[in-house]
Amino acid sequence: MSNTLEKLKTALLPLVGFAAALTLWQALSMTVSPDLPTPMKTWEESREYVFKPFAKRGEMDQGILRFTWYSLILVAKGYAIALIIGTPIGFLLGLSKGFHSIFDPIIQILRPVSPLAWLPLGLVLFLSAGKQASELGALFTIAICSMWPTVLNTAVGVRSIPQDYINVARALKLSKAQTLMKVLLPATLPYMFTGYRLSLGIAWLVIVAAEMLTGKPGVGGFLWQEYNALNYARIILCILTIGFVGFILDRLMGLVEKRFKTA
Amino acid sequence: MSEYLIIDNLTKIYPTPKGPSIIVKDFNLRIKKGEFVTLIGHSGCGKSTVLSMVAGLNPATDGGIILAGRELAGAGPDRGIVFQSPCLLPWFTALENVRLGVDQAFYTASRTERHQIAEYYLTVVGLGDAANKKPAELSQGMRQRVGIARAFALSPKMLLLDEPFGMLDSLTRFELQQVLIDLWRRDRKTALMVTHDVDEALFLSDRVICMTNGPEAEVGEILEVTFPRPRIRKEVLNHPDYYRLRETLISFLNERSDLRPSRDKVGVEQNNIPHRNEPGDHANRPPSTPAMALTS
Repeated sequence: MSNTLEKLKTALLPLVGFAAALTLWQALSMTVSPDLPTPMKTWEESREYVFKPFAKRGEMDQGILRFTWYSLILVAKGYAIALIIGTPIGFLLGLSKGFHSIFDPIIQILRPVSPLAWLPLGLVLFLSAGKQASELGALFTIAICSMWPTVLNTAVGVRSIPQDYINVARALKLSKAQTLMKVLLPATLPYMFTGYRLSLGIAWLVIVAAEMLTGKPGVGGFLWQEYNALNYARIILCILTIGFVGFILDRLMGLVEKRFKTA
Repeated sequence: MSEYLIIDNLTKIYPTPKGPSIIVKDFNLRIKKGEFVTLIGHSGCGKSTVLSMVAGLNPATDGGIILAGRELAGAGPDRGIVFQSPCLLPWFTALENVRLGVDQAFYTASRTERHQIAEYYLTVVGLGDAANKKPAELSQGMRQRVGIARAFALSPKMLLLDEPFGMLDSLTRFELQQVLIDLWRRDRKTALMVTHDVDEALFLSDRVICMTNGPEAEVGEILEVTFPRPRIRKEVLNHPDYYRLRETLISFLNERSDLRPSRDKVGVEQNNIPHRNEPGDHANRPPSTPAMALTS
């Protein structure tokens, strides 16, 4: 009996949190922030975007899921670049003391730089690409911002491989390639996937900033446009969408990560 | 008898901030082909260091090791190592762990052959049914069985066992000692084992090398163990010489392990003078130590 009660509790308690947030929101819009649309008004102005999620009425007037799709594609590209570059760098940092001494200081300095700071540089870098400049600049920003957790976690993973495993590889005289594929890589995988999960979180954070500044269609671009068009209700729609998608992405990566943890 | 493994003036020195720390100094040992030799000594005396130098996992500071007529340089699958912790790779099944070594040692054999070799050794150690299990699904004793299978499956020139049963409870330890000795009996691989278990040393070995306490550990006394083979635990325990040998070992560990044959007996450091290793005497027994060889 108490078991079902516990289950009911875990199912209902989050609703209490949502209700509290809605109340606070309602209260704010009725008192200190009269320009903040109430939850009800937000819903009324957003329903068209939610009920026709894939509609395309114009470049910057599309269903919310269609915008989300654009954003996801851009994130996927930037994230892929981050992993492809970040994983080997992480391995080198973990394997070679010399490499670590040379590059760790630069990494520590570049790591805390905000996406808003990288984006202009990204645009400048690809200025000669003409029409492609904003897309490439956005990809550059996503990749360079989301790369660091992958780099650092991989490096930590490589460094914490038990000496026992290395000894097995040495005692059997495995070649460098075999040692990498059969010992180093599998031993590092759990750390790598922790890095990948954190990187994905950052990549999704950066997308909004990138789209806002480049004006590309997507959730972030839509958000910025609606702010400029004074449609504040849809800003909230975008925020909720971004949060929800980010949550799902994190859960999915969490599942993948768990799968490799037990290996 | 031919000397199969020759360890000559093996020395290991680690540099420390307080100056060099000499772990092992001028360690000499000769092992015949097919002989099972055990190194025994207090923990920290450097016996594992000697073994890891023979394994090639730890470079010697000085001295040389010759195995089957060749000087050893680095590690390789010609020596089968059983580590104290089984050191299995957790992402591979028991069979794949054994295969990893077999693939290295028999790279010219076909896939099927290599698979069969790995399967055979797992069956011999009693894990035929658990071949496809991951180490996490196996008990500590079963994991060490896989470790033993992996070492034997290499068909190595010699076996190196580093306190192979140190992490097991005593019942499992007895069981695995039997597994090891049964497997060893098939082709009498030359074996060097490190242990601090007196009974284990007596049950398994032909010769027990007592190491003096570190630092600067060296060979203290040498005990010949001549119980008839194949050995059965009960018979060994009932052998008239068993308790005498056991007593000798324990009294060495308790009373004489601080003595240094190289200095205390000769007076001056004369490690390189060959009189301690008379020709034909594979044991570098200090001249004044009474012979403890037993004939039964």
